[in-house]
Amino acid sequence: MTEPLLQARSLAKTFGASRGMFRPATIVQAVAEVDITLARGAALGVVGESGCGKSTLARLLLRLIPLSAGTIRFEGQDITTLNERAMRPLRRRMQLIHQNPSAALDPRLTAEDAVAEPLRIHRIASGRALRERVAALLAEVGLPAAFLHRFPHELSGGQKQRVCIARALALEPELLVLDEPTSALDVSVQAQILDVLDALRARRGLAFLFISHNLAVVRQVCERVAVMYLGRIVEEGTAAEVLGAPRHPYTRSLLGSVPRLEARAIVPVAAGEPPNPAAPPTGCAFHPRCPIMVDACRAAVPPLDDAGDGHFVRCPRTV
Amino acid sequence: MSALVSIRDYRLAFDTFDGTAHVLDGINLSLDAGGTLGIVGETGCGKSVLARSLLALNPSPPARIVSGEIRFRGEDILRLPEREMRKLRGRAIAMVFQDPASYLNPLLSVGTQMEDAIRGQDAGAGTRARPRRAARALAAELLSAVGLPEPARLLDSHPHQLSGGMRQRVLIAMALAGEPALLVADEPTTALDVTVQAQVLALIARLVAERGLALILISHDLGVVAASCARVTVMYAGTVVEEAPTAELLARPLHPYARGLIAAVPDLDRPQHRPQGIPGSIPGLISPPAGCRFHPRCPVATDRCRVEKPLLREILPGRTVACHHAVP
Repeated sequence: MTEPLLQARSLAKTFGASRGMFRPATIVQAVAEVDITLARGAALGVVGESGCGKSTLARLLLRLIPLSAGTIRFEGQDITTLNERAMRPLRRRMQLIHQNPSAALDPRLTAEDAVAEPLRIHRIASGRALRERVAALLAEVGLPAAFLHRFPHELSGGQKQRVCIARALALEPELLVLDEPTSALDVSVQAQILDVLDALRARRGLAFLFISHNLAVVRQVCERVAVMYLGRIVEEGTAAEVLGAPRHPYTRSLLGSVPRLEARAIVPVAAGEPPNPAAPPTGCAFHPRCPIMVDACRAAVPPLDDAGDGHFVRCPRTV
Repeated sequence: MSALVSIRDYRLAFDTFDGTAHVLDGINLSLDAGGTLGIVGETGCGKSVLARSLLALNPSPPARIVSGEIRFRGEDILRLPEREMRKLRGRAIAMVFQDPASYLNPLLSVGTQMEDAIRGQDAGAGTRARPRRAARALAAELLSAVGLPEPARLLDSHPHQLSGGMRQRVLIAMALAGEPALLVADEPTTALDVTVQAQVLALIARLVAERGLALILISHDLGVVAASCARVTVMYAGTVVEEAPTAELLARPLHPYARGLIAAVPDLDRPQHRPQGIPGSIPGLISPPAGCRFHPRCPVATDRCRVEKPLLREILPGRTVACHHAVP
């Protein structure tokens, strides 16, 4: 039996926010009861609105922040409690791409230096071999050699994101966690970057954990999708099922709200706004906005049930 | 009937240390009373600068009006003295912006800010500012009009106690205070989550219908414009490249850039259609490409496009395009 590349069980993360010396701290449950399984070469999309915990989840899975509960396995190895030193060799194999390439790049490093840096730190290459490797990486992400010696301020947003991708690839990772990689880009550039990512995944057999609020982008990139609401996965399944035939009322309202390229007014499905994570509703977190809510929804958090064929829904009224 | 807004050959430059940026290069468009017009384009196309021009909000320097006119109810607002402009700004022409949090004062209650805005508009109109009590009553009425519950309680709250969607509703309520004929909305839902965006777009559509407002909606998102506006103007690098009824533009864009823009949008309902990027990137505006500004990225560009700037021409009834090669 082959182990999944990444497997997380019952992940949870709480943040405590101090409200001053004489008041109890606010506890925010940012992520709760999250299970993730990502096979080698697979692409899982995580979608949801701001504050749903999707970026926190990315940081947890990469062990960038300590978790409050749960376990994480990378290729079967339990990495939940590995210390920094033991994590270091694994860091090469899992890389993160951020939303804002301008903030992710050092303004004083040229494109070439930025991509060379991880190779130098891990003593993988030096001298001419290093330069050749960097040039090959930048070519692979479609950045012409003429841009090698440019600084970030001399590059467009799309070119900067290409540099970030090349830098992440330098250490030949098996897992790429992409946190809103195209959200800061114009739509014509976004399409270029999605092409680059697709080609990389096919060529290198990379696994993607793709975090986005843009459902159409996730539909393009990922085979599977998990929808998060207030820290919990409310629906998970193949992209075709979750985004083509959504079951959970939140997923439905999300899909109904996306403006399409049609001259037609949008009819809002869910009323109200995502709740404050510091004061979550009782029971199902979506119940105050839900069009099919019944009294039982206020009582307990519903389980994430299998609706068949690996399609999971956290709503007993739709399973 | 004459247009509510009519912009003719409007050119605006920004004088910077690196040189003069030709930010708007001969803009032509018009909008009738009660009409809805979306302006779409990517970063740096000049859509926000154009929106701000309607309220004379571009600081000068660096902005410098090179030529043209912007007529509102027949009056050229580019040549209006600031004192006269204040009578229009926030009254006949109101504006809402992308980031509602930064347009509200965090230290003042919603009520105080709304009263100040309402009384400021009275002063701008040259009339005596109404008493605070009357301004507060109007504020409460406007908050109900934009669908906010419990206006009395809301007036006493501070911006940090409100969600993003509520803040934008408060700003829309403030914009309505002067009973505007034209609402300019610059990316009004970009900072909002998609379910909340749907609510705010529905609100704007309702206000347009109920109050006979004319709307100019600026967005980078074609879908948002498609949901809200009867007509669309597509901008590229400081120029208008195409204007058309929304449904017609989406069904059959005539300008190569408009075609590229639509083809680049991933379609949630048709995942088998790969979005196509437009090669290259947006040109700098200090030394923009000669001729058609889109020619370096255009799949159908010819020698003529490199030297001769295409003018907007009506090639079908109600449809104008600035492309030498566009055919009806």
